[in-house]
Amino acid sequence: MDLKEKLISSFMAFEEQLDLSSEVHNIRSKSFDHFEKIGFPTKRDEAWKYTSLERLLKNDYSIFPKKENTIELKDVKKYFLYDLDTYKIVFIDGVYSPFLSDTTHDGIDVCLLSAALSKSKYKKIIDKYFNQITLKEDSLTSLNTSFTKEGAYVFIPKSTVAEKPIQIIHFATGKQGSMLLQPRNLIVVEDNAQVQIIERHQSLKNHEVLTNSVTEIFANERSNIDYYKIQNDFSESSLIDNTYISQKHNSNVKVHTFSFGGKLIRNNLNFYHKGENIESTMKGITIIGEKQHVDHYTLVHHAKPNCNSYQDYKGILSDRAVGVFNGKILVDKIAQKTNAFQQNNNILIDNNATINTKPQLEIFADDVKCSHGCTIGQLNNDALFYLRSRGIPKKEAKALLTYAFANNVLESVKIPAVKARINSLIAKKLGVNLAHDL
Amino acid sequence: MLIINNLHASVDGKEILKGINLQVNPGEVHAIMGPNGSGKSTFASVISGNEDYKLTKGEIFFEDNDLLELNPEARAHLGVFLSFQYPVEIPGVTVTNFIKTAINASRKAKGIKDMPAAEMLKKIREKASLLDINSKFLSRSLNEGFSGGEKKRNEVFQMAMLEPKLAILDETDSGLDIDALKIVANGVNKLKSKENAVIVITHYQRLLEYIIPDFVHVILEGKIVKSGSKELAHQLEAKGYDWIKKELS
Repeated sequence: MDLKEKLISSFMAFEEQLDLSSEVHNIRSKSFDHFEKIGFPTKRDEAWKYTSLERLLKNDYSIFPKKENTIELKDVKKYFLYDLDTYKIVFIDGVYSPFLSDTTHDGIDVCLLSAALSKSKYKKIIDKYFNQITLKEDSLTSLNTSFTKEGAYVFIPKSTVAEKPIQIIHFATGKQGSMLLQPRNLIVVEDNAQVQIIERHQSLKNHEVLTNSVTEIFANERSNIDYYKIQNDFSESSLIDNTYISQKHNSNVKVHTFSFGGKLIRNNLNFYHKGENIESTMKGITIIGEKQHVDHYTLVHHAKPNCNSYQDYKGILSDRAVGVFNGKILVDKIAQKTNAFQQNNNILIDNNATINTKPQLEIFADDVKCSHGCTIGQLNNDALFYLRSRGIPKKEAKALLTYAFANNVLESVKIPAVKARINSLIAKKLGVNLAHDL
Repeated sequence: MLIINNLHASVDGKEILKGINLQVNPGEVHAIMGPNGSGKSTFASVISGNEDYKLTKGEIFFEDNDLLELNPEARAHLGVFLSFQYPVEIPGVTVTNFIKTAINASRKAKGIKDMPAAEMLKKIREKASLLDINSKFLSRSLNEGFSGGEKKRNEVFQMAMLEPKLAILDETDSGLDIDALKIVANGVNKLKSKENAVIVITHYQRLLEYIIPDFVHVILEGKIVKSGSKELAHQLEAKGYDWIKKELS
């Protein structure tokens, strides 16, 4: 039985445990019909030209977690930003772990989507926001929507600043063999509100896990959202991250994506502008080797005048790693005075590493500033000699230059603990001890 | 200290150095002068170990070490320093962190522990003030957006920090106004001792008014064709290089 067939029979089983009369279930079933019709994307789809799921889909994944697998805090502590006081929503094999979590309803809601979907007090929010900005025709998003059950729910009401950052962590234990996980997150930030979120998907041992995650983020007027994605998983773990962000007037959303490990990672990051004077920032550092594959597929839809978007992605690829960057900027006719900047710079450490980079600009307004650039290079030999002539050994000099290349992406990281963690992950990735703060 | 015998070097199959001989002893200042394209910068790069150049013949010894056997970092660890004609811009690495990394790399190579932070800071302050460099400058990215003068001053600052036995200054005077030139020359002079040596590579006699050479060598078409005292630099300034070419033919 192939995965699609397995999903079809699983969906029927899944429906048996649900309230079929709810509006949410109506959405699930419509989404499933759509998925059933179109199936998984293939390399024939333009958007998946450089990333093939074929191999991944051959695995015999279990679709439902059997039980809550317990894990000890000491075994997973290193995956948290533990020196930082945060709210935490933690899932183990798709099941909420109250033991590892630290949720709240005090002024803000940091809790479970399953609770938000089933309790009447959240109904208004769910009706207003749930599945409102996803791409209905997208097959993987539809699949996730069909099986929507659990994930993080974050609600920051009007004029409220979340006092602590929120960590959303999904662990995969590998105790049930290969597994398909489909977390669904909903983040709603009302007018004048602020929040910082750190999201991580992490296996606890090297096993085949495929995560197909969907996150919807609503940034209402004058809101401010800082979102960090840390992707540093084992070599058999794969992640398809579908993130949809809707922004209203004067809102500011920044998403940083740090992709350092995993078998295959696809980040579909979509920004939709629903007001003026919006700032959207997408930054990424990808450092991969071996046969790893990381694909950043971004979209910014400038649908209103006077908005800015800023994209800066850096890739450092070694061995036989493959990187993809596809950045689509769509500027509607009405969106005059748009300022859209896009940059993708890459360093190929080895001859067998590959990067496919493609800016895609569709501009229908005439008074706009849109720039894009991509570079693919090796380390600058003159710079390398300069460093070595000062006594810095070749390996360290290379690491220093590589580090310096990626470094400016970190400038916009607002949480010092995140910056420090990413710094040390980069140093570790590059195989040197950068003992001091560079 | 430095002995160079019959050095030949080429780049992209084109021979640039065609048999250089030079001996430098501790405490000496040597000036190497010559017109554009005569091989001055190649000479400096080759001593430092730039792998872009292919050495076809000859030998370089530095305190009994065969330099040609050593990579650039190992040469630096022995105390060879090159002040670059065109220092490379390295965004993302600050001057301070660069120099810390360099100093500790040399110490590590010699089996010495990292320099304690307080000592490092004191030294940085001391050497920066010697070269009239302010602290803001030190936290900028290495050479990024520096003016020509700032780049050269930064080179000499690095030299002051690393305290090399042999410093090669490759056209350190180019791009400097007279005030900056005096500061840089003063810095170099303060670092001079009986134990170390300096090779000054320049087009003009100007810098040599401030860094007084013991010997002046003229390099033409990849060879040292004439050596003399500092008077030779004055003659070159007055008459150019043509008279030497005539003398040779």
